[in-house]
Amino acid sequence: MSGDKGDGDGSGEGKGVTMRVEVDVPKCVASGQCVMIAPDVFDQREEDGIVVLLDERPPSELHADVRESAVVCPAAAIRVVEK
Amino acid sequence: MTETLAETTTEAEEPLPEFPMPRAAGCPFDPPPTARALHAERPVARVRLWDGSAPWLVTRYADQRALLADPRVSSESTLPGFPHASAGFRENAARRRSFITMDDPEHARIRRMVTAPFAIKRIEAMRPEIQKITDELIDSMLAGPTPVDLVRAFALPLPSLVICRLLGVPYEDHDFFQRNSSLLINRHSSVEEVVGANEALTDYLDGLVAAKLADPADDMLSELAARVRAGELTQREAANMGVLLLVAGHETTANMIALGTVALLENPDQLAVLRETEDPKVVARAVEELLRYLSIVHNGRRRVALEDIEIGGVTIRAGDGIIVYTGTGNWDAEVFPEPERLDIGRDARRHVAFGFGVHQCLGQPLARMELQVVYGTLYRRIPTLRLATGIDQLPFKDDGLVYGVYELPVTWTS
Repeated sequence: MSGDKGDGDGSGEGKGVTMRVEVDVPKCVASGQCVMIAPDVFDQREEDGIVVLLDERPPSELHADVRESAVVCPAAAIRVVEK
Repeated sequence: MTETLAETTTEAEEPLPEFPMPRAAGCPFDPPPTARALHAERPVARVRLWDGSAPWLVTRYADQRALLADPRVSSESTLPGFPHASAGFRENAARRRSFITMDDPEHARIRRMVTAPFAIKRIEAMRPEIQKITDELIDSMLAGPTPVDLVRAFALPLPSLVICRLLGVPYEDHDFFQRNSSLLINRHSSVEEVVGANEALTDYLDGLVAAKLADPADDMLSELAARVRAGELTQREAANMGVLLLVAGHETTANMIALGTVALLENPDQLAVLRETEDPKVVARAVEELLRYLSIVHNGRRRVALEDIEIGGVTIRAGDGIIVYTGTGNWDAEVFPEPERLDIGRDARRHVAFGFGVHQCLGQPLARMELQVVYGTLYRRIPTLRLATGIDQLPFKDDGLVYGVYELPVTWTS
């Protein structure tokens, strides 16, 4: 719906879905939206606000927030792989 | 600039619509009808600017996100073909260089010098202080006469006080910097006014950076001064960044506060929800929806193509100007059903009110925090708040880069 590449916008909701999150640190522009939406998965470095990945394999109850973080990331620095 | 309307040859005879476009009388919140028509019919279309140039106006959400995130699209305002907002803006392009008019990697290097203070946790730590400033300003209004101009009494002082503390700028100079900021971002300002306002502000910030070099404090200008000492920035570059942060830090949020209040007063059912809630999540949602609905940065995000780009059924050629009009992107029914309805319960987080791509607003965590505090406090503390004039009498800022109202006379029942 939003013209995204689809990584963060999948509809793989359901039991047994595993999620792996990757962040592209050089791309990050420190907008902070991922920290706002999924604070248990993303944080920011103190010195420059750049993304820190706290949980590479977040539990299923956080999957929707992680997907939303990837969709709103202005720099496309969050990649979500679901199996 | 040559016309290449190959895809729409039947319309090639028609004069191009002028940009910026007027809003419809009586519809102060709606994007201009011409922009909405282009969104529906020709989502990437040539428009005519003040100087006769014909950049592309991009009106659809998906195309906007794609272009603003595309490395073939440049923010470098000194490049030929860049669509300037006025002669004054064009004249100032080379003088006002800062990271918002640079491309990566230079942009990223400089932007990262000022990102730390806007990290979510550092902004969250400011919430009690922002709440205190908000309450004190409301106390003063309640103790004073009515009607009162909400812009001067509240909407402008609040973000000005906050950005002054964050930067280390003395608030007592607010008449000076608010006056020059207004001139700087008004497209009807003359070349002399724009250049003069920029020089006055840059000289002022230059002096403050010099003072922080000698006597550092716990503020952003002192952090920039430390970068000057370390040889990472010249003092003038630090001053330019200071101007950008000071102007962006108060003009934008001030307009969101005032125009958001007008929109809520026109939608009393929505205002009632905000007035009665104790849930910060309800308030946070409302902030996103008001950002979407009002899309106050209404002069377009301006860019220039570095290569040929196929989008929306047209080919944007290298060197063509591009204007991304987020007002219609945020009213794109594909993404936001019934976009003309202000619905503070909807999930509007995907809006592009802060832009998109690497240049997305640096100060957005601070803006969100300020708006959450304001929208969560003002209408609770003054539940009978109402306009002291007709909405059709309000002076809307059609001529600014940022939309809003110049004055907002309000009153309440004591």
